[in-house]
Amino acid sequence: MLRIPCPWCGVRDEVEFRYRGDAGKSRPAAAAGLAEFNAYVYARDNPLGWHLEWWLHVGGCRRLIRLERHTLSHEIRRVESAD
Amino acid sequence: MPPRPRPSTSANQPERSSSGRYSLGRLLREGLNGQRGWSRAWAKAAPRPRYRAVIVGGGGHGLATAFYLATRHGISDVAVLERGPIGLGNVGRNTTIIRSNYFQPANVRFYEFSLKLWESLERTLNFNAMVSQRGTLNLFHSEAQRDLFTRRANLMRLEGVDAEALSREQVKALVPLVDLDNGRYPVLGGFLQPRGGTVRHDAVAWGFARGASEAGVDIVEHCAVTGIRRDGARVTGVETSRGFIAADTVCLAVAGHSSELARMAGLTLPIETHVLQAFVTEGLKPLVDVVLTYGAGHFYISQSDKGGLVFGGAIDGYNTYGQRGTLPMVEEVTAAAVTLLPALARVRVLRQWGGVMDMSMDGSPIISQTPLAGLILNGGWCYGGFKAIPAGGFTTAHLIAHGQPHPLAAHLDLSRFAAGRTVDERGVGPFPWLH
Repeated sequence: MLRIPCPWCGVRDEVEFRYRGDAGKSRPAAAAGLAEFNAYVYARDNPLGWHLEWWLHVGGCRRLIRLERHTLSHEIRRVESAD
Repeated sequence: MPPRPRPSTSANQPERSSSGRYSLGRLLREGLNGQRGWSRAWAKAAPRPRYRAVIVGGGGHGLATAFYLATRHGISDVAVLERGPIGLGNVGRNTTIIRSNYFQPANVRFYEFSLKLWESLERTLNFNAMVSQRGTLNLFHSEAQRDLFTRRANLMRLEGVDAEALSREQVKALVPLVDLDNGRYPVLGGFLQPRGGTVRHDAVAWGFARGASEAGVDIVEHCAVTGIRRDGARVTGVETSRGFIAADTVCLAVAGHSSELARMAGLTLPIETHVLQAFVTEGLKPLVDVVLTYGAGHFYISQSDKGGLVFGGAIDGYNTYGQRGTLPMVEEVTAAAVTLLPALARVRVLRQWGGVMDMSMDGSPIISQTPLAGLILNGGWCYGGFKAIPAGGFTTAHLIAHGQPHPLAAHLDLSRFAAGRTVDERGVGPFPWLH
């Protein structure tokens, strides 16, 4: 069970959240071209280690948060609001 | 049972001893002879400095690729590198189900080819893999789901694959424990693929390892790949914990860790790593004699020949390399189990484990050349890796031998993502945790 420290609601169980994937990606400019859009939509670093990711607190404040979590130990070391 | 490896008793026994043909006659002879005539099923090879092909990963796909390279293409100058012992990765962690009831026609053809190879596998390998075609039964719980399953069954039948619609009563006759009228998701019927079933997964690893080894492949255990050496856009070999090994072709068959290995070559893949859990109960008298899947949640169950009920559900749902899984999914899977089969509420679960898998961005596997010459990828297997082992190995061997994809796996190329030809079996888009 992950215990996720929501910046708005405090520490809550993972079942209150929905995973929204890699937060290390940002949308390229409209004219960036196929290679950049392919990398944005499909390519993932998928590290064994620290991973920046989106979680949506659907069972709480309903806000999107960004956190840094270790993909082997599941330790969470940084949480921030997406705003 | 395959023979246990035992220390050589004869000083002049050659290093690559053949384990010989297994047969009923030999079993009887060895029974009378104190079981002293068995030898290792595969040789414990030390790596040589160069090979025509190096396959990274001694799991089902890596071993099957090596086996088909040696036996169908005459290429036995091959090493399979495995960081631990053979059989402890995903090939020994899955729920052992084989089937070909897919939706996308190209996937139906690929998995049907795999099912046909399973049907003759034991003769091909001279190894008892306990292939049991007990049927896979998918239940549906709404009219919309019935229409979707009907469409899938019709697509399968167009490809010559077996699929039968069952009424509620026929479902009840086949699996009396099913609670047809459970309060939330009553069962309206099911679709049966009679040729689906289960296989003893350990025997698949051992059988392919033995076959590959006897055909001249070096199976190198306890050899971790730590780097991939490149000369410009060409891969020239792998750095390992046992030294550098040069190769004309390097094939990655390390599903679960494909991203980490590809990173060593400077590539980023359309893959996320997620954990999938599996469970087994105490041994019971025969209760469930098909592979049964629940349609109102992600849950599948079969009974092993030892009597344990083997079951599983969905991935935990966030990137992880931890081969263990967490409790919310345990609750979800067991809740599905007792909704569908209420009698299971009284059964004790003996073991739970997790395996990490490559979840690709469209939910379909990747058997492909890569942007680097001499580097081939077999990965992205999502939930479907075990059933695909024979076809995955067969088509990957073809790709290595000919430099061209096998027609049955041509749709699984890596370039499909950029080209907009994704093979999205469930139609959910580029969200690996939802496939």
